[in-house]
Amino acid sequence: MSVSAMSSPAASAGSPNRSRIQASLRRRRNAEKRFRFYGIASVTVAIGFVLFLFSTILHEGLPAFWQPVVKVDVTFDPAIIKVDPKPVADTDQSPAALRRANLDWQRKVTMVNWNRIIENSIRAEAPDVEMSARDVQFLVSQNERYRLRDMFVENPDLLGKTVPIELLASANVDVWLKGDIDRSLASDRQQLPEAARMLADRFYEDGRIRMAFSSVLFTNTDSRNAPAEAGLLGAFIGSLYMMIIVIVLAVPVGVASAIYLEEFAPKNKLTDLIEVNINNLAAVPSIVFGLLGAAVFINYFHLPLSAPMAGGLVLSLMTLPTVIIATRASLRAVPPSLRQAALGLGASRTQTVFHHVLPVTYPGILTATIIGVAQAIGETAPLLLIGMNAFVTTLPVTPLDQSTALPVQIFLWEGNENRNYFEPKTAAAIIVLLSVMLALNAIAIVLRSRFERRA
Amino acid sequence: MTKLLLSTAVAAILLAGPASAQSRDTIQIAGSSTVLPFASIVAEEFGNAFPDFKAPVVGSGGSGGGLKQFCQGVGENTIDIANASRPIKAEEIETCQANGVAKIQEVRIGYDGIVFATSADKEDFALTPVMVYKAIAAEVPVDGKMVANPYKSWKDVDPSLPDQEINVAIPGSNHGTREVFQEKMIAPGCKEAGLPEMEKEAMTKACETFRQDVVVEISGDYTETLARLQANPSTVGVFGLSFYDQNRDTLKVATVEGVTPSLETVASGEYPVSRPLFFYVKGEHIGTIPGIKEYTEFFLSDGMTGSGGTLESAGLIPMPDEERAEVLKAFEDGKTLEAAK
Repeated sequence: MSVSAMSSPAASAGSPNRSRIQASLRRRRNAEKRFRFYGIASVTVAIGFVLFLFSTILHEGLPAFWQPVVKVDVTFDPAIIKVDPKPVADTDQSPAALRRANLDWQRKVTMVNWNRIIENSIRAEAPDVEMSARDVQFLVSQNERYRLRDMFVENPDLLGKTVPIELLASANVDVWLKGDIDRSLASDRQQLPEAARMLADRFYEDGRIRMAFSSVLFTNTDSRNAPAEAGLLGAFIGSLYMMIIVIVLAVPVGVASAIYLEEFAPKNKLTDLIEVNINNLAAVPSIVFGLLGAAVFINYFHLPLSAPMAGGLVLSLMTLPTVIIATRASLRAVPPSLRQAALGLGASRTQTVFHHVLPVTYPGILTATIIGVAQAIGETAPLLLIGMNAFVTTLPVTPLDQSTALPVQIFLWEGNENRNYFEPKTAAAIIVLLSVMLALNAIAIVLRSRFERRA
Repeated sequence: MTKLLLSTAVAAILLAGPASAQSRDTIQIAGSSTVLPFASIVAEEFGNAFPDFKAPVVGSGGSGGGLKQFCQGVGENTIDIANASRPIKAEEIETCQANGVAKIQEVRIGYDGIVFATSADKEDFALTPVMVYKAIAAEVPVDGKMVANPYKSWKDVDPSLPDQEINVAIPGSNHGTREVFQEKMIAPGCKEAGLPEMEKEAMTKACETFRQDVVVEISGDYTETLARLQANPSTVGVFGLSFYDQNRDTLKVATVEGVTPSLETVASGEYPVSRPLFFYVKGEHIGTIPGIKEYTEFFLSDGMTGSGGTLESAGLIPMPDEERAEVLKAFEDGKTLEAAK
């Protein structure tokens, strides 16, 4: 029994009804309190999970945005670079012949032992340390030799000159300096030979190795030969092409069919059937669209494998139902009075829809589009089936060139055998993908608020 | 409305465009995940070394998956090269030929060891084929009769092994590694285990049926096997030597017949579980897709697959120079595989 009931015996004795009401009231209040508590608890748990996810990804991935570079003086030693001068255009030479001569020359420049040049420049920094050519090669990223080559091709006058250059350190040096491998492990379980480890530590201490912002992550394509130089640009462009294809295909087709179905089509069994099927289509797992894409676009239409074109088409099919459903929902939300007013003033059905109804629904359609597109660029499964999980080192120039996509690149890096290096790098790629998603959602919000104000 | 029509028209043009697309100028490769890192490195170097060709595109999918794609037919939307960690099978050649792929050129690129590894903090394993067979077979011979596998711990299998629960992660049947594992480990182990007399077919079945409770088949890459090891530290995983080499800090390797796997012991043939790695070139595409010939020759060059070459530091065990020269000559002569092998 309650305190109030006991403190006023007259009331409780006088009206048993009242105490019953009070008890029931208390029960209802308690039920509400409990419900609120459950609500707050679930929100807390949800936010906790999100925070946990984000903090682990950020914790793991953020360091990967910086990577060590070695500052050395590189001498373009004529004793090692033994090539003829770069061919120049003769008056009597055809452009094709010049091009061929240039290619031949470039091939010869490629054959130069650039590793030796890097080796010499590192040796010059630490003349007292005994090391093999292999030890030195472990320090600097494998593809830096092509950077030297490209510098030389660009500017053959460098021959015989010494220039200070910051060379990217290898992936294993990155792992060692960041402590992503247990530094106390015995030598036979380390990825770097002892001399290279010692040299890396020494250079890091005296500042010749510094952590620089990893711009290669944004300017390079994937790389196996030099994991330190693997970047996301190729995958980003692949995703961009697919996004454009989705916007160009799924949005107009989706919006047009939604308008027709909602505003013009007669309500009968056929349109009901279509509506049910569109809803079903939205629930079809994406992998099924991938299989469909492989069968139709690759095998029947002969689109190239691994091309963003095929990927974009598959993703368009996937996004289409989402766009249709969302557009129909926002059309349905427009009050009928608006249509009646327009029709009453003598506007035709088409005028009513396009001049009065549609502008009101822009924010809804826009949000649906951007969320659909964001969903599409995060999709991985269907892309695996059309060969986009491939190792591609060239930038796709057109949507018909081979390419990967951001989520597929994450999948590929997750599978790389150099776990110590690629785990942080994968997390960094996830951060990039999430940023793109968040940016898209932010655009959706900004555009929506702007349209709403106007409407 | 006009805007809508316009965009739909653009879409239609985009759709129709590919039908008249220009011929493909990038080599397309798929297949074995063991060969994938090597092929990717060569592809990248090829793109760097030959400014007039594009770097080939390398996909995975396992040896079986790659060869399946390879045998789909001839044409731009089929792959040009299939990587494989086992030789192509007779039935695969038949499928190929039925689909019009008649000129299959085999290129051997080197060798790879298959290793058994545990988490680094576990005890040492000294395995023999018969131990592995006994640990994972569904039925094992006890006193001359086949009984359901009674072993729970490795110690039950052989007293010399550590007392650790039996859990084994082996590659799925889409991987070439699986076949080599069965051929080089399970088959000799089964033979040695002394199975009672039985029909040949029943014998094969007894040798190749594994316990479902402790054996996990991994259809993905080795990283999936590694993740399995991290989730359940008592697991023994089957890896390629090159993968182990990159993850020596987290993995501990088991000896087989007393031999520790390494570049040297595999190259010398001392370590028993090794296999050659291949890729298969679609002869019909040479000349149509630019660069296939150059890519293959580049792959077989001294700087790549020779001893001390780029791929050796990535974990590939190089062939002796004479063998490499033979493979290159066979390729250049256009030697193709016959159906009846």
